[in-house]
Amino acid sequence: MRTYVLRRLVLFVPTLLGVSILIFVLMRLVPGDIAEILVYQSGSESSAIQQKQIRQIRQELGLDRPVVVQYLAWMGGALRGDFGQSYMQRRPVSDILRERVPRSMELALLTLAIAVVWAVPLGVVSAVRQNSALDYLARVVSLSGLSLPLFVTGALILYGLGRIFRWMPPLEFVSFTENPLENLKQLIWPALCQAYYISAPISRLTRSEMLEVIRQDYVRTARAKGLRERAVVYRHALRNSLLPVVTFIGWWGGRLLGGLVIMELIFVVPGMGTALVQAVSQRDYPTVQAMIFVMALVFLAVNLVVDLAYAWLDPRIRYA
Amino acid sequence: MLAAAGRFALRQPLGTAGALVVLALVAVAVLAPQLAPHGPKETAFAPYLAPSAEFPMGTDQVGRDVLSRVIWGARLSLYVGLASVVVGITLGALWGVATAYFGGISDLGSQRVVDSLMALPPIILALALMAALGQSVTNVILALIILLTPTAARTVRAVALGIAAAPYIEAARAAGGSQWRIISRHLIPNCLASYIVLLTTNVSYAIVVEASLSFIGAGAPPDEPSWGGMLTAGVQAIETAPWMVFFPGLAISLAVFGLNLLGDSIRDVTDPRLRGGLG
Repeated sequence: MRTYVLRRLVLFVPTLLGVSILIFVLMRLVPGDIAEILVYQSGSESSAIQQKQIRQIRQELGLDRPVVVQYLAWMGGALRGDFGQSYMQRRPVSDILRERVPRSMELALLTLAIAVVWAVPLGVVSAVRQNSALDYLARVVSLSGLSLPLFVTGALILYGLGRIFRWMPPLEFVSFTENPLENLKQLIWPALCQAYYISAPISRLTRSEMLEVIRQDYVRTARAKGLRERAVVYRHALRNSLLPVVTFIGWWGGRLLGGLVIMELIFVVPGMGTALVQAVSQRDYPTVQAMIFVMALVFLAVNLVVDLAYAWLDPRIRYA
Repeated sequence: MLAAAGRFALRQPLGTAGALVVLALVAVAVLAPQLAPHGPKETAFAPYLAPSAEFPMGTDQVGRDVLSRVIWGARLSLYVGLASVVVGITLGALWGVATAYFGGISDLGSQRVVDSLMALPPIILALALMAALGQSVTNVILALIILLTPTAARTVRAVALGIAAAPYIEAARAAGGSQWRIISRHLIPNCLASYIVLLTTNVSYAIVVEASLSFIGAGAPPDEPSWGGMLTAGVQAIETAPWMVFFPGLAISLAVFGLNLLGDSIRDVTDPRLRGGLG
């Protein structure tokens, strides 16, 4: 067990290295940089002066150095927990992270909670009543969640709330610790949309796993010895089909932090996604790199935790 | 062929409904020039006209016929979805088969590349790619290919690993089959089922990502008749012109829904564990 964890942790290193190099190179390939944006935005000066200013800013930020040197400098800082200064906001990126990560994290957890509470029972019902009208209904309902693009559901909800209930979710972000109610009033909608979207694959997997388990001998035994249907389904079948479902939910959970962009944009949640989209368009390299680094790290860490939980829950895997 | 289709229709009513929607989508895409009353980029009309007999779906912010753009949008969505999925999944599948068969250091290295690509949030990766490549339909396809390849590589590698360890592969090797023969005659055909499932389940995903990219301003150029792009413009004008959201939204939801239904049934059919009734 210990060697397994160690091996997995060691594999973090090349993956994170790969992620950081990928994003570093990709951002450098984006035409234009922060110096040009800053200068051309303000500028009415002659082009000679502008060129001089651009060179000056690049020098200040170290953008005139070779890319490899820039990367090593960034990596050196990141290893010590120093992600540098944001070009646009002119403050440490770690401050921005401290502000944004909890918000997206809250939205992600809320989404996940709603999705699980809704999708798992739906999958169970679908499996227990396979090929009945209820099964078809459940599958259609969950598949339509996957079929409506997030921004369509989001826009429709906003429109519906405004038109029918004459109410708009607050557009000013308030943290949960400040005012839980106000905070939930804003976050519940994007969480509902996103949860509806991700519930389809979860309930589909629950259904197919349940269908497989329900045909096992021990389920038949449970029935034969006269257990009530409820006990058969929940105590014997569901418990044994939940393992892959848990892994899958974990996978989605790790993914969510970076997958909330569209919801954050529509419902004006100042989280990591909105910050990232802005930072990409402003060529704010340090912010982009740090945000994506954190997202990838969370993704890997959640996956590891889920795999460990899996091994812990299922002894067959522990000793493989 | 016809009998097989009939059996499919009986066993998979939802899948058949999906197949019909997909057929309709293909028909609209192919016949777009004949079906659309106006050109997709024609701006000769007044902006924000409500739906009427002349413009059944109204006009948009610069006075283009929404119906025509929705019809041409089917062509664009299908083109982007099919092109990116066929190329991306095929590349990924070949990559997966190759690394599974040869194993060793190349497998370990390529797995780390796959890990890195998959650790990046897909929308963010696509956004960065689009920023680097520039906004065009071709580049959307390119970005989608880069998104889809690692997923396919991982899935097919896992399947191929199982097959490569099977006794019949050993037998083929013992019988003197060349590497190329084993890969092309034994390994690839046995990975085909998961390849087909990957193909059918990812077209809808690609279409949604394409639309989402348009929504965050990194998709096809705004004058292209992309459903995502039309929705984006519509969301901004939702108070004055709700039809600009409603019709493209309906089109994309229907198309994706049909593709998902079909993909789901194909997945069920290829998975023998799920056949039959309760035990």
